[in-house]
Amino acid sequence: MKGVRLIVTLLGLLALWQAVVWLTGAPPYLLPGPVETLRVLIARAGFIAGHAGVTLAEILIGLALGTILGIASAVVIALFRPARRWLLPILVTSQAIPVFAIAPLLVLWLGYGMASKIGMATLIIYFPVASSFLDGLRRTDPRWIDLAQTMTGGPKKRPLAVLRHVRLPAALPALASGLRVAAAVAPIGAVVGEWVGSGAGLGYLMLQANARVQIDLMFAALITLAALAVALYFTVDLVLRKAIPWQPDTLPQSTS
Amino acid sequence: MTQTTPAGATGTPTDVVIDRLLLAFDGAPLFDDFSAVFPVGQTSCLLGPSGVGKSTLLRAMAGLAAPQGGRVSGGDGAPLAGRVAYMDQSDLLLPWLSARENVVLGARLRGEAPDRAAADRLLARVGLAGHENKRPAALSGGMRQRVALARTLMEDRPVVLMDEPFSAVDALTRFRLQALACEVLADRTVVLVTHDPQEALRVGHRLFVLTGSPARWEESPVPRAQIPRAPTDGDFPARYDDLMARLASGDTAAPA
Repeated sequence: MKGVRLIVTLLGLLALWQAVVWLTGAPPYLLPGPVETLRVLIARAGFIAGHAGVTLAEILIGLALGTILGIASAVVIALFRPARRWLLPILVTSQAIPVFAIAPLLVLWLGYGMASKIGMATLIIYFPVASSFLDGLRRTDPRWIDLAQTMTGGPKKRPLAVLRHVRLPAALPALASGLRVAAAVAPIGAVVGEWVGSGAGLGYLMLQANARVQIDLMFAALITLAALAVALYFTVDLVLRKAIPWQPDTLPQSTS
Repeated sequence: MTQTTPAGATGTPTDVVIDRLLLAFDGAPLFDDFSAVFPVGQTSCLLGPSGVGKSTLLRAMAGLAAPQGGRVSGGDGAPLAGRVAYMDQSDLLLPWLSARENVVLGARLRGEAPDRAAADRLLARVGLAGHENKRPAALSGGMRQRVALARTLMEDRPVVLMDEPFSAVDALTRFRLQALACEVLADRTVVLVTHDPQEALRVGHRLFVLTGSPARWEESPVPRAQIPRAPTDGDFPARYDDLMARLASGDTAAPA
């Protein structure tokens, strides 16, 4: 059923696109239709796939790094009270500075290659992962903590064991929602990096095609990027569902 | 005192002694110069109007709330930390663990090797043989509370503190769980907070009625029969009348 809905939505969007082309009578060098775009996509499949591979690698490495850093920050902040005062402002600042504004700096420092794009993706992924996981860690049901403390022999006893066996697993559904957001925004980081300065990747390809008025190629790259982003999101979503089979809404209800 | 003795070494039966306790909640003293002894190997039921501080008292006994004055200890004068098992009105099962893994949670938190065979025996004893691998979401409310009871027994502590343990299940399940609790908790020092006079008369060796602010206690007589008592047996109805009269006289709130 879900698959049918997805196909219907896709076909609807394609029809809308074709309708706009017909209604406006825009020339192909301004707005190519879906058929022309598909033709370019097939004709230059290998070329586009090469650039898509670069962008995908940047996204995936950025996702991995951002997730690891985000999880580590959240755990450190949740465990050590003084760390909260030092790290929380950094966490917020990482999001307050627009990635677009520091993209040129990252390219300057890390070079035109993949490193600056990975840095960008990492930066944009870090915040949703860290903040949602931290939220989850701080919101452990206090009655679970109480129970754990009667088992360990008192408050503040074996905090690492309580973290590992109670607080971390309890925060996984929150981490999952952060990861879903991260998967959705990760392509932005990589592509913005490529726009600012690069020699490969879908963002580079779009910029080049645009400059040479190869709008059909630009559209083909755009479609590829969108497909990549959607596929990434649904893959992450599927993996998270399999990895966290208990549902947050089956947690014991709060009683007073 | 910092005692981190494992459960086995602290298994000697003990009274629960409350000595001149001072315990305030939001600035208002719930208990002031409050003393009581809950005798070894018996089930003491705490009754009283809502807000009198029954649960707070239980938390102080569990070492979860630090009193402003006085002390809670065992009959030997040593603190109770590490010698109590705690059971709440909600099962507090961790939704990501199977019934068996929930039962051995205490051992895992203490870094001991979990005895899963013993956990299975206890699950069988509370009537859950064959359900060891199910997650809490797959169990009914009554079954979940049985798992919680098995977890409490698995801790094998001389003192068991229960906060309205059966209030969230239906009447028939409650009736059966009360009988089961009497059977499996025999010879332990049990302190049970309840709102239900009938439950107290059914399972209690001693009934403590808390009234006033700061709270004082007085005892209400129990029926002559052995626990678990049937509500229609002998002097049960007469003792029920006694207890209701005592609860009503202590209830200074507006008439219901």
